[in-house]
Amino acid sequence: MISAHQLTKRFGDFTAVDAIDVEVRRGEAFGFLGPNGAGKSSTMRMIGCVSPPSGGALRILGMDPATDGPAIRGRLGVVPQRDSLDEELTVRENILVYGRYFGMPRRVVNEKADELLEFAQLTERANSVVEPLSGGMKRRLTIARSLVNDPELLLLDEPTTGLDPQARHVLWDRLFRLKRSGVTLVLTTHYMDEAEQLCDRLVVMDGGRIVAEGSPRELIALHSTREVLELRFPADDHAPYAAKLTDLAQRVEVLPDRLLLYTEDGDATAAAVHDRGLAPLSVLARRSTLEDVFLHLTGRTLVD
Amino acid sequence: MSAVSALARALPIPAGAGMARTLVERNARAFRHGWVTLVSGFFEPVLYLFSLGVGLGALIGDIDAGDGRMIDYAAFVAPAMMAAAAMNGAVFDSTFNLFFKLKYARLYDSVLATPLGPRDVAVGEITWALLRGLLYSTAFLAVAAAAGVVGSWWALLALPAASLIGLAFAAVGMTVTTYMRSWQDFDYVQLALLPMFLFSATFYPLSTYDESIRWVVQITPLYHGVATIRDLMLGDVGWGILGHVLYLTVMGLVGLVLAARRIERLLLR
Repeated sequence: MISAHQLTKRFGDFTAVDAIDVEVRRGEAFGFLGPNGAGKSSTMRMIGCVSPPSGGALRILGMDPATDGPAIRGRLGVVPQRDSLDEELTVRENILVYGRYFGMPRRVVNEKADELLEFAQLTERANSVVEPLSGGMKRRLTIARSLVNDPELLLLDEPTTGLDPQARHVLWDRLFRLKRSGVTLVLTTHYMDEAEQLCDRLVVMDGGRIVAEGSPRELIALHSTREVLELRFPADDHAPYAAKLTDLAQRVEVLPDRLLLYTEDGDATAAAVHDRGLAPLSVLARRSTLEDVFLHLTGRTLVD
Repeated sequence: MSAVSALARALPIPAGAGMARTLVERNARAFRHGWVTLVSGFFEPVLYLFSLGVGLGALIGDIDAGDGRMIDYAAFVAPAMMAAAAMNGAVFDSTFNLFFKLKYARLYDSVLATPLGPRDVAVGEITWALLRGLLYSTAFLAVAAAAGVVGSWWALLALPAASLIGLAFAAVGMTVTTYMRSWQDFDYVQLALLPMFLFSATFYPLSTYDESIRWVVQITPLYHGVATIRDLMLGDVGWGILGHVLYLTVMGLVGLVLAARRIERLLLR
């Protein structure tokens, strides 16, 4: 579906995307995980054919964005990072008008609008203006609108950023349904739980480069331990504690407010810490996540 | 509409999908929610016609139309009001309205994610401005005819002429808008429009000016717009009108090319 080779995007002297290679296959959910400024959105804009690459080769649906932009965009659905709904139109009109931009006949977009409002659980708000809708509703409408042309490939840039947990789960459910119906999903996120929930395969981006690639499970197995023990001590600086504990874990990360001990068995490590006479304020043993993978690969946390 | 897009296709300007009409459709829908602006666009020239043309005109009496022919002052001012209204409407649409859509509503971000391209945006918005303008100028012409200040059947051609004025100003206005950063910048637009409105042989003939400064008036676009519509409404049509039409046509086409390029530079980065 998407094939990028040495894809690069520069803005003046700044290199936003630095020679990345990406292959996305039909029917999968593919993620770009990384902190803000990693180059995810620039990559998405190039894939969406609204930003010409500065270098490298990019093919989408077997076509070249430079020459076939309109034809490619006609088969894509795009959910931008910021909702760009048409506030001068009603909820239903947003879908109708968007369908017309794709050259769809009025009769078809009319039927499609009813179906999509149902999908987005917005049927009751069909004739409301957009402005008073909640953040979750606007997001669902943006997604519904992006589906009006039955896209083969759906691009979602930070789909749940700024939503409350309940709204996120509703949205994830809608995205699962789409995936089941065969739509290829490509999404960016800086939430590891979102990446773990939704993505079959993902790349971790940092500073415009791809630093790791694989399924969430593979990445965790490859770049982290099975469990993590989080320790919080009554001190401003956790580094001295780390020095006393290095031999208890495969790896110790020092964060401003806590220590992360990478280990196969969190509870056993916690017991070992206590045996040394150390008394942390709080102790939490948990499974490794993509956050840990990212921390290991870049030395930084995802959400700052 | 199709004439505008056919023209656009023939010019070396950014890509589009030939779908500008769908953007016109979008604007028409949005407009139904805010129809009050329609009324204001109609009243502006009509109020001028009656206050200045008919009211002040009673004091002024007849005026030399330029070739020694004496005409009623209202008949002299009416064409200028029609031309100025075409200018103002087009500029308003392509500056204030466009700036809002560009910077605040971010309308085109979502439009350009569809098959539509920057050319479709430029052509669609300008076409919309022209359609609205046509509505106003038709209404104005009817009022002017009813008031008895229209002297010839040539006046029917004042409708396409007003659209041409609209095209010229909308295309240039759109280009200018792409350079604007804040609402304060619109003061410059007013600064350009007001002198043109007052001095483009709108309220008195060009012959009032000393010969040495007439060229200053004659290089401004509104002068050519006023002259075109005045010739048509007074039935005073000669070859000279072609010069005015050419001026406005070139201005419109150059503006269209620049506007589409600027939209591309701005949004497809």
